[in-house]
Amino acid sequence: MARIGVFVCHCGTNIAATVDVKKVAQAAKSFPGVRFTTDYRYMCSDPGQDLVRRMTKEHSLTGIVVASCSPSLHEKTFRKCTKDAGLNPYFCEMANIREQCSWVHDDREEATSKAIDIVRLTAAKVRKNKPLQTAFIPVEKRVLIIGGGISGIQAAIDIAFAGFKTVIVEREPSIGGRMAMFDKTFPTLDCAACILTPKMVEVSQNDRIKLYTYSEVETVSGYVGNFEVKIRRKARLINEDKCNGCGTCWQRCPVRVPSEFDMNLGKRKAIYVPFPQAVPNVPVIDREHCVYLSKKKCGICKKACPFEAIDYEQEDEIIEEKFGTIIVATGFTMFDHSIYGEYGYGKYKNVTTGLHFERMLNSAGPTGGKVIRPSDGKEAQKVVFIQCVGSRDEARGVPYCSRLCCMYTAKQALLLKEHNPGAEAYVFYIDIRAAGKNYEEFVERVQDEYGVTYLRGRVSKIFERNGRLRVKGCDTLSGAQIEIDADLVVLATALIARPDAPGLAHMLHIPYDQNHLFTEAHPKLAPVETVTTGVFLTGACQSPKDVPDTVATASAASVKACGLLSHDKLPIEPQIARVNVDICSGCLACKDVCPFGAIEKEEIVDRITQEKRWVAKITPSLCNGCGACNTTCRPGAIDLDGFTEEQIFAEVDSLVAGKGDEK
Amino acid sequence: MMKTAYFPGCSLHSTAKEYDASWRLTSRKLGIELQEIPRWICCGAASAQVTSHLLSVSLPCRNLALVEEMGLDTVITPCAACFNRLKVANQEVAENLQLKKDVEEVLGKPYGGKVTIKHPLEVIVKDIGLEEVRKMARRKLQGLKIASYYGCLLVRPPKVTSFDDPEDPQSMDNLVTALGGEALPWAFKTECCGASFSLSDTDIVFELSGEILNGALEAEAECIIVACPLCQSNLDLRQKGIEKRYGKKLNLPILYFTELLGLTLDMNVRELGLSKHMVSPAKILEKVGFEI
Amino acid sequence: MKDSPSVEDRDLEPKSSEGKAKIAAFLCKWCSYAGADLAGGSRRKYPANVRIIRTPCSARINPLFVWKCLEEGLDGVLVSGCHPGECHYTEGNYHTRRTFAVFRKLLEYIGIESERFHMSWVSAAEGDKWAEVVKEVVKTVESAGPNKYFSKSEEAHG
Repeated sequence: MARIGVFVCHCGTNIAATVDVKKVAQAAKSFPGVRFTTDYRYMCSDPGQDLVRRMTKEHSLTGIVVASCSPSLHEKTFRKCTKDAGLNPYFCEMANIREQCSWVHDDREEATSKAIDIVRLTAAKVRKNKPLQTAFIPVEKRVLIIGGGISGIQAAIDIAFAGFKTVIVEREPSIGGRMAMFDKTFPTLDCAACILTPKMVEVSQNDRIKLYTYSEVETVSGYVGNFEVKIRRKARLINEDKCNGCGTCWQRCPVRVPSEFDMNLGKRKAIYVPFPQAVPNVPVIDREHCVYLSKKKCGICKKACPFEAIDYEQEDEIIEEKFGTIIVATGFTMFDHSIYGEYGYGKYKNVTTGLHFERMLNSAGPTGGKVIRPSDGKEAQKVVFIQCVGSRDEARGVPYCSRLCCMYTAKQALLLKEHNPGAEAYVFYIDIRAAGKNYEEFVERVQDEYGVTYLRGRVSKIFERNGRLRVKGCDTLSGAQIEIDADLVVLATALIARPDAPGLAHMLHIPYDQNHLFTEAHPKLAPVETVTTGVFLTGACQSPKDVPDTVATASAASVKACGLLSHDKLPIEPQIARVNVDICSGCLACKDVCPFGAIEKEEIVDRITQEKRWVAKITPSLCNGCGACNTTCRPGAIDLDGFTEEQIFAEVDSLVAGKGDEK
Repeated sequence: MMKTAYFPGCSLHSTAKEYDASWRLTSRKLGIELQEIPRWICCGAASAQVTSHLLSVSLPCRNLALVEEMGLDTVITPCAACFNRLKVANQEVAENLQLKKDVEEVLGKPYGGKVTIKHPLEVIVKDIGLEEVRKMARRKLQGLKIASYYGCLLVRPPKVTSFDDPEDPQSMDNLVTALGGEALPWAFKTECCGASFSLSDTDIVFELSGEILNGALEAEAECIIVACPLCQSNLDLRQKGIEKRYGKKLNLPILYFTELLGLTLDMNVRELGLSKHMVSPAKILEKVGFEI
Repeated sequence: MKDSPSVEDRDLEPKSSEGKAKIAAFLCKWCSYAGADLAGGSRRKYPANVRIIRTPCSARINPLFVWKCLEEGLDGVLVSGCHPGECHYTEGNYHTRRTFAVFRKLLEYIGIESERFHMSWVSAAEGDKWAEVVKEVVKTVESAGPNKYFSKSEEAHG
């Protein structure tokens, strides 16, 4: 026998000004199962909540409807009250008569009538509510960090300091990511390697941090607190335990191929360490170009190695580990500018990108710190920088702003002048976005002190003429057409998501947007969380960002991860699907629609026939409560706790009551 | 035998007679039967657009409606401006039903909208095929260095003309290669020649066409081939003026690609119209083995 | 695929009806319901014909719920979820989209006016869009007049 209490809130004048709250409370008296109704000024206030507790006890209520604001605001609040009053919290539901009624309608009569309908249907639902119990799951106190760039490194350091163990899985042979490629960072002009390598070393020496480099995450299953991850350690063909990084092997290797780390401006060997400060300082053999592996000749490195660390037979290793939380720190890649015919379709040797320029500036880079023309190696005297290549381009690129390019272009122009004071630098821009701390001052300095010419306009075409590049653009501020005969053109290409980002997102069950950037749980209030509990985001894989913001999100994500791990067990929402095996026909159509792999088949012995048959089995801790299986199930064997067929049909019935002819 | 309607446009009957002549001769050889649209009218070119949008769409559509009355579904037009205007007008009435109604009211007759508009270059490369053309050629170009100049109307806007790459088109270049010439990579393929400013502000043409001629010379071109009467006129007729302005001899013959094709098909030099050019093509004719 | 016929498309006139159209809307909690809340927060006004029923995901919306509404005489039903690709449960809305594409064909086959069933994708950030969707849906449903399809009375069927 239902005994439902209806509490109608005025919310000051927010509701009461439009909706006749007293009339709603009065109308509710006649709803089936309702035993008590009242109205009150502010239900969420202390006395308001107290009212709920007292009336529940006084009237022995078995269900509560609070007609006020959106459940997204106060469902938790009122469920707690309900629990405090001794009633299962899941017997409390909210009727949204503010955001979806009083705030969006003007006519008092219509709004009141609608509010009454809303309360009626909510009360009808509550009559069918069942007591649900929060379940608890254990927590594995380890964090998986996917990606070993500055964001992954910072997160690992913070988590280790908090006392938890962490594993970094990095696909390249060394950690360090993009930042290891930079020369200097803006606006301080710190040497990137100098500020990064201490952190890299810290990571390698910290007992709580385990590094799997030249490795990739292969599969992820499980759920928060209990992620089961398969990691593939790709075969470096070098025994890491034996190698001491002496470098004899790569010094002797006769093969030279373009170096990816140097953006193909320089060469590396077939057995190589990507850069001198690599962590771990263990080389890797490039199978494709190694003469021994492809032709069974050479083998010099193995012979030369004083520690017998080289093992051509080494195979990939699959490691299975368990983690409580996962932090995604996979970073970004650069937009391919070869789609732009106006910039030469990628065929002009002297049209390069920001990353190429960065490697040239780096004194440990392929040109020894000289800014040269890749076509002939001569020093570049006139350099044109073009911003927004691919960014802010809805037609052929990405619609967003890549955030960093204005700043790194300014930095690169400044460094060009420092390396070669006689050089001329021109920057074609649309806007200058220098919103960080000391950023605006930095750009002003570059323009005033270093004499870099800033031209507000786009470049319409780049020609090759007489061995130089004729850059045709305009300066909208002076209204002039500009033609510059440059030695080198540097394109600030957009920062974009890696091509395998969607694959990783599917593996982790996290959403991504139309630009393949991973989606945060809330853009304002939860920028490092995802909607999948236990998976966090940091760095550029969520959106392009510079080093300070990346480090900030890394620390933020680590706090979130540690927060989860600080519990011994985690509560899970009891909004889960259940199978009634008596009705289940074993078709397993539900298994295909479950986005979380929570359904599998199970063999049972039929209660009546005593024969074995297959039915669907839902793992409660994997179920996220979407209800897709519920809708798909043809015999109607599956129901979703909290949103059962009965509950929703009760809402529908209450809506249609009074409509249509007598049957 | 490919049967199509033929829209020469105003220029091909006057200042660009050689383009008309050379196309008629070569198309016949290639197996295309051209039927000139009876009582065709001006496509509107640049002038109609600045006068009235409706006029600028109605003029081309009248010609297209005439094609339909001829019982044909394709029209070939060599002039790049006519090509561009016919295509733009055709697309606009296809996308805007109200405009189509207004145009039909102006024309006083319906237009089905089913006519396909092609440029001779497109026909040669796509419909006939370069392999066929290569086989037909009796004379080869002996490695003649040629800069192919497309001008701005042939490949832009790309969604309308839908013919070749708008930044670095290759169809004319491929034709040159098929005929035994050396197609030079150069930077001014689609830069504007100055168009009708030739009359109203010749200085602009001197500058823009001057850049194009210089660019071709830098690429070591022995001649430039074009696909538009105004481009030909600006680069050829105005070459003397440009030479004076820059104080430098250019001496670059400007040929229609149809004339070049005609030469390789061993046609009569005079019939092709090569004597009508301002800058004498004598030296390249010599190279290919002709006498003028 | 355009999800709903609109009044503008068909040049329809709103027919006279006895009383206002009553429309049920099934909204997913993460996107559309939040979007509707945002419309409220932004004080966007729209007609009061719609009654919202919340579900965790649009995939939870059983076509039978929609059917029941129409069978019992509600004038229109709206199903709204997250934009494809943005489902909180990653894939739910793809199932919704497919399910209701088939459901729409069923309605067509049976002869229930296409103006009565609508689908929309409204994200949590699209309060304005929610208001526009409701206005559009109400207008379209009202143009089809009151739902008498299942009515037993003779006058209802003319």
